Amino acid sequence: MIETLEKPKTSTGKTLRTEEMIVNMGPQHPSTHGVLRLEVVLDGEIVTDVIPHLGYLHRCFEKHCEHMTSYQQVIPYVDRMDYVASMTNEMAYVVAAEKLLKIEVCDRVHYIRIIMAELQRIASHLIAIGTFGIDMGAFTPFLYYFRDREKILELFEMTCGARLLYNYMWIGGLSHDIPPQFVEKTKEFIVGFKKTLQEVNDLLNYNEIFIKRTANVGILPKDLAINYACSGPMLRGSGVNWDLRRDDPYTMYDKFEWDVIVGKGEMGTVGDVWDRNMVRQLEMWESLRIIEQAIATLPEGDVSKAIPKRIRPVPGDAYGRVEGPRGELGVYIIAEDSVTPYRIKARAPAFVNLSVITEISKGAMLADLVAIMGSIDIVLGEVDR
Amino acid sequence: MTALTTYFNDIYRSVSSTMTGMRITFKQMISPTVTIQYPHVKMKMPDRVRNRLFMNFDDCIGCELCAKACPVDCIDIEVMKAPPTESLGETSTGQKKRIYVTKFDIDIAKCCYCGLCVYPCPTECLKMTDVYEFSEYDRSNLIYNFGTMSPSEVETAKIKVKQYDEEQTAKKAAAAAQAAAAKAAAAAVPPTAAPVQNAPPQSLDSTPTQQ
Amino acid sequence: MNELKLLLENPIVMSVLLAFVPIVFILVYALVTLYGEMKVAAHIQNRLAYMENGWHGTLQPFADILKLLQKEDIIPTAADKFLFSLAPYLVFVGTYASFAVLPFSSGFIGSNIDLGILYLVAASSLVVVGLLMSGWASNNKWSLFGSLRSAAQIVSYEIPGVLAILGVVMVLGTMNMQTMTQMQDGGIQNWLIFGGNFALGQKLALIPFMFILFVIYLLSSMAEVNRTPFDLPEAESELVQGYNTEYSGMKFAIFYLAEYANLFLVSAVVVILFFGGWTSPFGSFMGGPVWSAFWFIMKGMFFVFVNIWLRWTLPRLRVDQLMYVSWKVLTPFALFCIIAIGFIMVV
Repeated sequence: MIETLEKPKTSTGKTLRTEEMIVNMGPQHPSTHGVLRLEVVLDGEIVTDVIPHLGYLHRCFEKHCEHMTSYQQVIPYVDRMDYVASMTNEMAYVVAAEKLLKIEVCDRVHYIRIIMAELQRIASHLIAIGTFGIDMGAFTPFLYYFRDREKILELFEMTCGARLLYNYMWIGGLSHDIPPQFVEKTKEFIVGFKKTLQEVNDLLNYNEIFIKRTANVGILPKDLAINYACSGPMLRGSGVNWDLRRDDPYTMYDKFEWDVIVGKGEMGTVGDVWDRNMVRQLEMWESLRIIEQAIATLPEGDVSKAIPKRIRPVPGDAYGRVEGPRGELGVYIIAEDSVTPYRIKARAPAFVNLSVITEISKGAMLADLVAIMGSIDIVLGEVDR
Repeated sequence: MTALTTYFNDIYRSVSSTMTGMRITFKQMISPTVTIQYPHVKMKMPDRVRNRLFMNFDDCIGCELCAKACPVDCIDIEVMKAPPTESLGETSTGQKKRIYVTKFDIDIAKCCYCGLCVYPCPTECLKMTDVYEFSEYDRSNLIYNFGTMSPSEVETAKIKVKQYDEEQTAKKAAAAAQAAAAKAAAAAVPPTAAPVQNAPPQSLDSTPTQQ
Repeated sequence: MNELKLLLENPIVMSVLLAFVPIVFILVYALVTLYGEMKVAAHIQNRLAYMENGWHGTLQPFADILKLLQKEDIIPTAADKFLFSLAPYLVFVGTYASFAVLPFSSGFIGSNIDLGILYLVAASSLVVVGLLMSGWASNNKWSLFGSLRSAAQIVSYEIPGVLAILGVVMVLGTMNMQTMTQMQDGGIQNWLIFGGNFALGQKLALIPFMFILFVIYLLSSMAEVNRTPFDLPEAESELVQGYNTEYSGMKFAIFYLAEYANLFLVSAVVVILFFGGWTSPFGSFMGGPVWSAFWFIMKGMFFVFVNIWLRWTLPRLRVDQLMYVSWKVLTPFALFCIIAIGFIMVV
């Protein structure tokens, strides 16, 4: 962080009267990643206060879910929550719903779900790092990453017919089994993608200007991260070794061998912007490891066998949580004796992570604020829901 | 001393990482491009692609399952039960149509392309095609009228249904009167074969086929 | 016919005609660079860029200009209308005036004055005034930020830039840009980056310092034209669009034109100082006024290309780091080089 400079003195020795400037960053600002509005109080270039204003993209997701005619119809809405990681949203919802309905699905469904969720995590991190690069002024890595994200989207499109909003994971199964060429194409993708990862690592993450811009900026200490209930790369970047995939293994994550990436403060302090970004970068390698293992040991089975014809759960509630690309994504369902959910609440990680911005950006510069926002990796669709 | 070392080290690293970056971008500059010239060249769509909805009206039996499955209510159907005497033909799968579908509109502007309407259709008459270029200048053009019944046909159908209903009520009244008479005449004899009322078409009972 | 000859002999008419040469050049060059920048950026990013108008989209820059001409010229209600309208022209005039002393070829220079390079440095500083004016007059906080940043940046980067020029002036002993170029004539080995036209010992001693001065001038020139990694004044992720946020239509186009003209200007200065200006790399082969114009423009375009290449590779610095680079890295190195060059030239 930059210590605030002393106020300049006039020739008579009095402190010069300076005024703080309030600027509105957003909702139409290129680096607010959507329609977030930040009320920024600036002392010259130095940020003295940040007040986030939300709600520009509020679409009443939770209220909509109460007015569906079945549990199945909620899934397209869940897709639109965090629109760059729809698969993980669906996963959180189906995990919760299957808990509620006590449905057991076969191993193949679990495996395919894990493959999809990990591919989605890569796709989401690609956007996160790419747009973060744009925030730092480097446009090219963004397009290299988008080039490879396109291949993931092609895999998804091949599997379920949609590129962004999949409606693929259904309660009790999947809408389609994977197509025959899927495994081969995924392998092909992994080979090419590893090259891009290395390339962008050299081009962006280890570029000296980038390091200087991000190291020791926006430091989020361990205790603050825990107190603010941050999760995902935000929490792990601060050095907390916590990943739901390992610590509360849902579906079949305990079958695979992989490591939880934690920020080490390689270029500066633990929990700075660089660390958070690097956690994402390295997590993609781990996701690739999981996908490789999963497609190598993909079991056989019928993916739509357990899909219930008619969903009418016994009254009760269930909370399903998954480790999304942005952190703990939880869906809480209360069911009454009806075909529609009584209430659905989503714990959106981006919303929770965003709350810490005021705390960590005080005393930073305006350009650092942009870096901090990029490193939080917010998706406004999820923040506002 | 350490400060000086850091100073020169920083300069060295800036220069070397810039060189690395320039090497990478130069390599990419001479490598072939990956984009396609969209309106001239089009990407091949996979088989399962979900774009514009298409509906084969000839196969529709008016079960309204698709409208119920739609999460955004973009399918607007109006149906009328046809009198059993009327023959509406059969679907290509050989199911008998028993319901007049007087209106079948899909507001494609509302559609969220989730594909949920496709699965419950018992006759597989709804499907998502690979057509994705259908923008319009006027939003009302995006309401697709798949129903083939003309207004006059709808009118005749309405009259037929009304006639049939009247007949039915008359029959029912007659039957009721008869029953009452019979009851009065001989209390021991129960009425035989009460008229079937509002029997749903078979398709509604059958469970939706899963893909 | 006689009247025409008489008219041409009139010094005022002649200078007006002379003044037209750079502006025609700037306009043509801006179109080429606009196209080139988009193409280079696209190919770096595995894209194709313009492909529709003309062969490989070569007519696209004309279409862009036509579009800008047609656009509504919006002046914000709260803006200072006079300054707002004046600013883009001031920025352009500053750049354009500097073109007067550029020796385009051995046969053409707008004004062959003895203090050429000094005049160039002074005239191009006029840009700062225009930028400050545009930011202030827009009555927009982001614009103000952008213009303040650019003022601070251009002023601080002029120091290492001028120091680098000073080093070269010390070696060549002249400020006349035509003379500077002529002193490097005679082939690639006489260019200053390779030690200039001196005795072997002196030449070898000069090479490392010349190289450092070249890098310093290249960096500070990039900062002066506000390009990545020094594009803070218009850092779109922080300041929306910086000082030209509120501009539209032709005023915006003139900002753009000035930026591109400035880009060529600084590249030309790099070429004149270190790469022998219009001189042919093969001595007298491919020399002469026409060829020399070709060499000058080609060398200038090469550095424009390097600028574009760097722009699409690097991220952007932060304000304090920008100042750090200028005051704590470039300036001391430049001073060191000047002292060393002084010794070399004396010995």
